[in-house]
Parts: sequence; structure tokens; C-alpha cells
Amino acid sequence: MKPKKKLIKASGVILYIAFVSLSFIFGYNPGKLIGHNFASFSLEMIKLLPPVFILIGLFEVWVKREFIEKHLGKKSNLLSYLWAILLAGPIAGGLIPAFPIAYSLFQKGAKMSVIFTFIGAAAVCRIPMTLFEASFLGIKFTLVRLLISLPLVVISSIWLGNYLEKKDYRIMEG
Amino acid sequence: MYLLYIGTALALIISFIANKERTIKAVKMAYKKLAKIAPAFLGLIIVVSIVLYLVPEQVISSSLGNDNKLLSVFLASFMGSITLMPGPIAYPLGAVLLKEGVSYMVLAAFTTTLMMVGILTFPVEKAYFGTKVTILRNIISFCIALIVAAAIGLFFGELI
Repeated sequence: MKPKKKLIKASGVILYIAFVSLSFIFGYNPGKLIGHNFASFSLEMIKLLPPVFILIGLFEVWVKREFIEKHLGKKSNLLSYLWAILLAGPIAGGLIPAFPIAYSLFQKGAKMSVIFTFIGAAAVCRIPMTLFEASFLGIKFTLVRLLISLPLVVISSIWLGNYLEKKDYRIMEG
Repeated sequence: MYLLYIGTALALIISFIANKERTIKAVKMAYKKLAKIAPAFLGLIIVVSIVLYLVPEQVISSSLGNDNKLLSVFLASFMGSITLMPGPIAYPLGAVLLKEGVSYMVLAAFTTTLMMVGILTFPVEKAYFGTKVTILRNIISFCIALIVAAAIGLFFGELI
């Protein structure tokens, strides 16, 4: 990151901290609410992220690059999209944990269209969430939504992957 | 959440029995990766804390119940894009709105953008995949959500 950008970001964070702490001192309600939101969302992230990253670490040391390349890489067949969807199924917590996992898959040799399918599937067809949805909004709603969104996710991921590969787009170091 | 912890613990134990050094390496790697992305997550948490204050649940509920269907669908997909809400909160809210007369189509637009489009998660997504990919993926996801809403509208006889 450029030093100037870093400076702007750092001052933003400092301003934010100053605003929230002053709000607590002077009892300014909106600032206090924002502070509470910050605390509760931080707590959620602190609960979610460590196990996710430990699983990513285990994945990195145990899964061989050749294995990922063969099943999810450039030479893999259409089945790779099915694997991506199945991999996304048990993920809890939606897009937030899906990004680092997708990035690890990519670093191990998965092709871009497969990781976009993975991210899309993590958004639309996580098993825990789908069960929740079906019980509250009805099974018909869930079925129609899945049958329409999943094929669209796969098709658009293939298109986006091909487009970026043609442009020789490089995903940056995260 | 509990399943995640149990699964991670089991995986760690099995890995540790199989190979101690590798497991330690994995944990170190996990820590390094998490530390590297932490600033992006701090950005995410700050943005979320502000947006959740600006757009509370009541605002979302009231904006979805508009009489104009098309307008409601657009408002719903906008709301879904700019907020973050876990499933255990979003679906019960959806069920309540349904009883109040909000259409399935509007709910589909809201829940699908909620899940697929992440304006708030932008700092994190960008840190991994770059600005261009993040923008493209979110635009595509928004379009998919609109198509899903239209399909739901057709199937539930709300569109025509």
C-alpha cells in the first residue's frame, strides 16, 4: 500500500476512535450506539475468524497443490464447479469466511471461475442458512431461489473467470 | 458456530497425531494470514458499525412495504446490498414482513442481495481479489438477485 493511502486510513481510524470515545464521555447517543455496534460485531469476528484461519492453515499444509490443480485447476472439467458448490455447502457465516478460503484455493492452483463459483455458492446455498430460509419462508421459495440462482452463479463465474484470464488479470497478494 | 469449533478442534487433533511439526506450521500460518488481513477487517467492522446505526431494522422493514412493487424491489435490493444481517435474524424478519403483506418478490430481492452483494465487505474482498474483481462480482451478483426476484415473482403469481 502507498504511504499516503496508509496515512489517510490511519487518520480515519484515529478519528473514529476519538469520535466514539468522546461520545461515551459526553453521552452523545449516536456515537455510543456506533460504539456498541463496533463491540458486538468485533466479538462476532473474533469468534468466527480464528477457527476459519486454523482450518485454512491445515488446508495449506495437508492438501497438495497437484490435487487442487487436477480437480479445480485450469485442466479440470465441469465437475470442478460441482466440487466448488459442495465445498461451499457447509460454510457458516457467509461471504466473510468465504473470501480467505477462496483465496487459499486460488493460491493452491484453483482456476478463477471455480473460486467465483465457490464464493457465489457460499452466498446462495449454504446448508445451515438454506434450512433456516425454508423453515421461515417456505420450501417453494427456497427451491425456486436455488434453481434460478445456482446456474446463474456458475455461468457468470465461468464468464468472469474467462474474461479476467483473457485480460491476464492478476489477483494481488492478500 | 459450535459445529465450526468442534470441526476445527477435531481437525487439529487428527492433524497433530498425524504430524506434529506440520500442525504447528499450520497454526503459525493461520496466525500470519490472520494478522496480514486484520487491517481490512478493522475497516469492515468500522464501516459496519456506522451503517448499522444509519440503517436500523425498522428502516429496512418500512421501506420494503411500499405499494409500488417495482420501487419496492429496487429499494429491497439496495437495502440488502448495503447491510449485513445474519440468516437467523434475516429470515424471521422476512416471515414477519410476509405476514404484514410484503410480497415474496421483494423478500427475494432483499435476502438474495443480502447474501450475495457485499458493499460493506468491500474492504475485505478488495484486500484479497483487488478492486476490479470486487466491483465486477458485486455488479453481477446484484443482477442475479434481480433475476431471482423476478423469477420468484412469476412463480408466486405476483408479477402478472
